[in-house]
Amino acid sequence: MIDSPLALRNITRNIDKIDPESIEEYLKTDGYEALKKTLTMKPKEIVSIIRDSGLRGRGGAGYPTGLKWYFAANTQSDAKYVICNADEGEPGTFKDRILMEGDPFSLIEALTIAGYAIGSNKGYIYIRDEYRLSIRRLQNAIEKAQQSGYLGLNILGSGFDFDLEISIGAGSYVCGEETALFESLEGKRGEPRIKPPYPTESGLFGKPTVINNVETLVNIPLIVNRGADWFKEIGTECSPGTKIFTLSGDVARPGAIELPLGTTLRELIYEVAGGISSEEKLKMIQLGGAAGHCLSPDYLDISLDFDSLAVKGLSLGSGAILVLDESRSIIKTAYSLAKFFCHESCGQCTPCREGTLQQKEILGRILSKKSSEKDLELLERLSVSMVQTSLCPLGQTASLGISSAIKHFKEEFLSYSERGI
Amino acid sequence: MSKRIPKNFFPSETESYRKEQLKDTRVGLIIDGEKVWVPEGSTVLDAAREISKDIPTLCHHPKLSVSGSCRMCLVEVDQRGLQTSCSTIIQEDMVVHTETESVIAGRKQALKLLLSDHPLDCLTCEMAGNCKLQDYAYRYQVTGTEIEGRQRGYLDDDSNPFIYREFDKCINCTQCIRMCTEVQGIGALTVEGSGFFVKVTTEGDVPLQDSPCVFCGNCITVCPTGALTAKPSRGLARTWEREKTLTVCPYCGVGCAIYLETKNGRVVGVEPANGPANENLLCVKGRFGWDFIQHQDRLTDPLIRKDGELVPVSWEEAIRYTAKKLKEYDSEALGVLSSAKCTNEENYLLQKFTRMVLGTNNIDHCARLCHASTVAALAEVFGSAAMTNSIAEIEDAKAIFIIGSNTTESHPVIGLRVKAAVRKGAALVVADPRGIELARWAEELGDRGVWLRQRPGSDVALLNGLLHVLIRDNLIDEAFVAERTEGFNEVRELVKEYTPERTARITGIPEEKLVKAAHLYGEAETASILYAMGITQHTTGTDNVAAIANLAMATGNLGKENAGVNALRGQNNVQGSSDMAALPNLLPGYRKVSDPTARKQFADAWGLEDLPSEEGLTVVKMMEAAHAGVIKAMFIMGENPMVSDPDTNHVREALNNLDFLVVSDIFLTETAMLADVVLPSASFAEREGTFTNTERRIQLIRKAIEPVGNSKSDWEIISDLAKAMGYDFAYENPKEIMLEIASLVPAYAGVRYQDLGTQGLQWPVPYEGHPGTNYLHRDGFARGKGLFKAIDFIPPVEEPDENYPLVLTTGRILYHYHTGSMSRRVEALDWLVKEGYIEIHPERAKELGVTDGELVKVSSRRGEIVTRARVVDVTDRDTVFMPFHFAEAAANVLTHRELDPKAKIPEFKVSAVRVEKVE
Repeated sequence: MIDSPLALRNITRNIDKIDPESIEEYLKTDGYEALKKTLTMKPKEIVSIIRDSGLRGRGGAGYPTGLKWYFAANTQSDAKYVICNADEGEPGTFKDRILMEGDPFSLIEALTIAGYAIGSNKGYIYIRDEYRLSIRRLQNAIEKAQQSGYLGLNILGSGFDFDLEISIGAGSYVCGEETALFESLEGKRGEPRIKPPYPTESGLFGKPTVINNVETLVNIPLIVNRGADWFKEIGTECSPGTKIFTLSGDVARPGAIELPLGTTLRELIYEVAGGISSEEKLKMIQLGGAAGHCLSPDYLDISLDFDSLAVKGLSLGSGAILVLDESRSIIKTAYSLAKFFCHESCGQCTPCREGTLQQKEILGRILSKKSSEKDLELLERLSVSMVQTSLCPLGQTASLGISSAIKHFKEEFLSYSERGI
Repeated sequence: MSKRIPKNFFPSETESYRKEQLKDTRVGLIIDGEKVWVPEGSTVLDAAREISKDIPTLCHHPKLSVSGSCRMCLVEVDQRGLQTSCSTIIQEDMVVHTETESVIAGRKQALKLLLSDHPLDCLTCEMAGNCKLQDYAYRYQVTGTEIEGRQRGYLDDDSNPFIYREFDKCINCTQCIRMCTEVQGIGALTVEGSGFFVKVTTEGDVPLQDSPCVFCGNCITVCPTGALTAKPSRGLARTWEREKTLTVCPYCGVGCAIYLETKNGRVVGVEPANGPANENLLCVKGRFGWDFIQHQDRLTDPLIRKDGELVPVSWEEAIRYTAKKLKEYDSEALGVLSSAKCTNEENYLLQKFTRMVLGTNNIDHCARLCHASTVAALAEVFGSAAMTNSIAEIEDAKAIFIIGSNTTESHPVIGLRVKAAVRKGAALVVADPRGIELARWAEELGDRGVWLRQRPGSDVALLNGLLHVLIRDNLIDEAFVAERTEGFNEVRELVKEYTPERTARITGIPEEKLVKAAHLYGEAETASILYAMGITQHTTGTDNVAAIANLAMATGNLGKENAGVNALRGQNNVQGSSDMAALPNLLPGYRKVSDPTARKQFADAWGLEDLPSEEGLTVVKMMEAAHAGVIKAMFIMGENPMVSDPDTNHVREALNNLDFLVVSDIFLTETAMLADVVLPSASFAEREGTFTNTERRIQLIRKAIEPVGNSKSDWEIISDLAKAMGYDFAYENPKEIMLEIASLVPAYAGVRYQDLGTQGLQWPVPYEGHPGTNYLHRDGFARGKGLFKAIDFIPPVEEPDENYPLVLTTGRILYHYHTGSMSRRVEALDWLVKEGYIEIHPERAKELGVTDGELVKVSSRRGEIVTRARVVDVTDRDTVFMPFHFAEAAANVLTHRELDPKAKIPEFKVSAVRVEKVE
């Protein structure tokens, strides 16, 4: 964690403070107080608190968490599921890993509360294989919680049963997409499903399912303990709460930090991360991971909250911030993004399967200065069709980094193209 | 062949969800300014097609789950932007535009991308002219050169003779995968790899022949490009040069509609047609089994044996000679075998010829060897001897009980209906001594399936045992039994003895499985029984069928949709040849020859005083009479008793003992080789007429090519022969013969060629214009009340003993057909299964010291043969199985001639044999 006077330590309050493998230490820091409180309340009341808090999903889309819970709670079914999406695969993003390694019990408590709220007795944590330490700590936490009566049958004598299982992914980026994740959890090839139906109606095994990101979930015990009003005081009106940003690239102090939503990029880069690490000037910021937009320094004063970004057609994504200085090549950056998506496309739908290859081929041509005039135009047209017609969010966003790079750094692209002709 | 239910066979969560959304209530939306009302839960694509909007699709198929991956079916929805119409569920007052600028741009872009890596070899591509990609490229004027692409560079797979695979032409629409998984229930195909390099292929990318593929070719049917093509047709004709003739598959009794494709008088391929039985599906034989038609072995000229040699002669000479010879014998010395491969018209004509010209009832055909017991039993208990319900109804049964039918191999396309029912949630009970595909499926289904592995020949005990449980557990439809049937009390009394415990002892089936099966069958709202030769080919065949009828009547599963007693008939026209009375005891329409009124009616129609009144000889009896010298001359049309009949050595002696044998056939079969006169017959592709399939559907077969050589249709041959013998058989065409049939057979009374169209008609068709009958006994049984028959178990005639310790059971396999005269001349089928074999259980094989692929000697009291061992876990350790298609390793050398006393059907399913290693 980056040390900064701007930093808040709400969801990261236990990180590096307690022994993440000890339930006793967790209990000493108000651990499981939220669950105890929850079990005295009606599920509906819990859902209301979460709705009132205005908590929005931290996985990228920013969908209101309480609304998801509300829909799932109101769908009748013999079985429902709660899933934690811990398949953190967005390049430059490591916030979930920090939370799971440093405070696994919070996540487990949150999932248990979610289960109670929507009427589910079974939860899964879908986690990427590379997160060995997280897996070990979560497994340990689940066992300890079971032994102490916080998981399993008749939790704390309430009559509520809930258990958790860890499911390990096999390294596919697209399995972070919720419906592909369901397919993978069901033992099938991890390809996204067509929506609707949405998970709250028909998710895992066709049952109503709430699927939340790790960071979203760890907010839950805090909100239950401290109340919706407390939560709403942090951040902005439409984006309450904090967000963990992960900074990488040419900054003096890369790393993760928890900040209120609404912090500006300038504050983040210059105050928190100590500015550019070299003598060069800031050239480009990519916001939100590989699928995020590549921005010029003109955007430094934008407020990092869901709505301010949406107005400009941008997205917070996972909260990853990649900072590049003037020594970096935009073309090379775009090419590496293209390579990434070409590798990660599942191949199911035409625009993404063919489009991600074309992006890579064209950028490869530009990079080797063999491109023609038409190539930039082609990239832009490709982007439009990928955004508009791809089946899942992967394809819909696989061109955003590249098209925004072209938009903001057109000169550089043109110079490569011209030299190539 | 895989025997497991493939992964992803059952509807996905999304698919089930979509089905649940579909309601009867209609919702209105606006498409291109036009208001359209469609059922709630429909997709935009459904709605648009309702008003004939031509929305392009590459991955959509109405029979398959929604994929939504090609992105061609884009439409623009107000407030929502571009949506794929195949996956977007309509909403009240939705406003949809199907061809806006952005829609077209999206489609064009998808096409450009697809074509960027597509080999643009349309000049030589097999599918040019019938390729959706090509059509859409034309429609949107995309040339394929817009985007510089690269090809994946996968090598073609031409390692099997059925399906040619060009991976670089694959657009990953996955229709083939979904067809193979969801419809065919095989799951041989999958997606390998990811992103640009995805490859639609087998798991592990092995050749098809090393995968569970059954070569049905249904993947070819749905492939929108040239990625999958029928190898035997490649290079023979461009798609636009192919003349298509709608006709009916000549193999089994399912009666699949096919298009026979020809160019310049040569057959170049088969495509499935949307017939009521098959709905565009086919099996390996229907799709690929056509190259026998113009095979070099076809008989082209009549042959007469001169100095021991068969030499070509003119038709005049052959007919004159045959007529002269036949006239030399008394009626009782003459015997005729008709053919279930021939048309209704030809069967009618041959029995007319036999009764009128030859003056005898000595006519029979292979129905004797397959469903004589069905005819005998069902005529007695229901009054009508046929499959009660329709093929399409099987799909909607809530439970299916299959007994003695290896449906997916013997009636493959009906097998698909069973799988479709399972996919929809039906329970499946399979009783079979062999671990056939559907038996394994039933086991895999858990709570809603069970496999009963009965000892061969113990079916009556099994069926009685099931009825016992149904009565014990109050699963009887008492109202149906009381109102619609008679004789139940005796049955109730008799089956008291068949407790699960005793039944288990006789059949070898565990008690709990019996109880489970009875409940799955008895508790279903509609339950359908399918059975075939495993039931009928026993000395107790008639009993077996009657016991099945008991079960169905007791549970009220008759006279209603999606239920019934469904005899699956083996030959393409075995139902029709029985209807036409190519039988020794019946006149057309199942009237008894002993009935003077019936005889009078036919005699009047044929301008005779009377007809022979004495019942004639059945197939096996005819052979015995020939052996004994009582029958001296025979006319055999399109049958091959040298392979098909039991106890081959005896048949050979019998035929050799004849004075005079005439055979009409398309090939010089094992039987024709023994003949004095051989008449070259035209194949189904060269003649007209009708076939009646197993569900009583009378369908037109249409002439696609001119007869090979000087061959003639059998109706012409019979007419010429009758004329030469002084009788006026003056028919212009088969249509005229059908009019005569209609005037004499009530079930066919309304059959007119012009009404048969593409759908045919299911009998009874009591009057002209009648729509046909999809299920029988709706308002009452044909005989009035359904008759329960109390039937006790009798063990098979030949049980294993010290000398012959194993039970041999025989049957059909997927890749061959009957005596092999057609299928073994099909190059591709021959490549796949070249020779006969015997299935031996691994434990038994070990005991015998026999390994897989080794030669073994199989002997019975009748004879011995040498064949190859196939060591597989299909039969149990006391049973062995042999397919009966292979003359050089003929299973029927081993079978015995003991007959069912009523139906006179031989017991092909149980013979005692010994298997020894050949040193």
